[in-house]
Amino acid sequence: MSFINYSSREINCKIVYYGPGLCGKTTNLQHIYNKTNPEAKGKMISLATETERTLFFDFLPLSLGEIRGFKTRFHLYTVPGQVFYDASRKLILKGVDGVVFVADSQVERMEANLESMENLRTNLAEQGYDLDKIPFVVQYNKRDLPNAASMEELRRLLNPRQVPDFEAAATVGTGVFDTLKAIAKLVLIELKKGG
Amino acid sequence: MVDQQMVLYEEEFRKISAVCERLTREANAKAVLLVDKNGQFITSHGEVENLDTTSLASLTAGNYAATSGLAKLIGEKEFPNVFHEGEKDNLHLSIVAQRAILVVMFDARSSLGLVRLRVKKSSEELTQIFNAIVQKAQTQAQASPFGEITDDDIDNLFS
Repeated sequence: MSFINYSSREINCKIVYYGPGLCGKTTNLQHIYNKTNPEAKGKMISLATETERTLFFDFLPLSLGEIRGFKTRFHLYTVPGQVFYDASRKLILKGVDGVVFVADSQVERMEANLESMENLRTNLAEQGYDLDKIPFVVQYNKRDLPNAASMEELRRLLNPRQVPDFEAAATVGTGVFDTLKAIAKLVLIELKKGG
Repeated sequence: MVDQQMVLYEEEFRKISAVCERLTREANAKAVLLVDKNGQFITSHGEVENLDTTSLASLTAGNYAATSGLAKLIGEKEFPNVFHEGEKDNLHLSIVAQRAILVVMFDARSSLGLVRLRVKKSSEELTQIFNAIVQKAQTQAQASPFGEITDDDIDNLFS
């Protein structure tokens, strides 16, 4: 649910990075944070455990520039990927405008990817959203690892709807900004439709 | 059900700001902030120059969402007021009109009792303003400023 403020001439949108534990959601945000001009970003907040696993969420506010005199601000959130944090994941999806699903390309994580995708669909439905209708992109992360599954298989299992999808290696930044641009664009197109 | 998009116009924004300004004064607060339940910052008043209001809004919403989750677990609908006590500064959070969180930051110059009293009155006023916003959105189909944006406008953001 975007928020348009005529007084400050701002439009705020919320994007959530979803996916199984250790797939690289936080790494995506860290790369965006490290490579963005200081004036375009706010502070990155990570609510994590002592072992740097996301406990509640990561948050990064970004300004993309102006459209028709309105500043566009995107609030990027990640969810905790570990299965038992489901209650927290549901909370973070509230008011979401667009979702990035970060898949772990490693063959042995395929089951976890599928489970997380199903969990995303269920949790969105609980909030009244339909995964097939909201702005949505898929990122296949860890393409640089030797045990990565084939793109054909990943696409077949995780992207039957054929939404925009991207190969990535978030630790070195490959594909991270392409993914962000794609979801931001879909969110703005949705906003245009809504008007 | 999915919430409607929130659109805040100048007139309502001024009214909301006026309520926050008065609450800051009457509650002897350091600062008053209003944030959307989804973590979007709406407005603030008082000593906020050194405060990261964007982070505060996001964390407040997360905190409130977690607290509401806890309430539901024990059979409560929600905890409409939450109080955090610090060594010097304290935070009082309360839900307004089911969609915003009123945050009052105060120190020893005020007290929890005074803050609660003043918040109650301000909440009622803010609820009326938010109801008017919802009504306006329903009765007047306002043209979105984004209805006319072109693909080029969107592409230019990323060039």
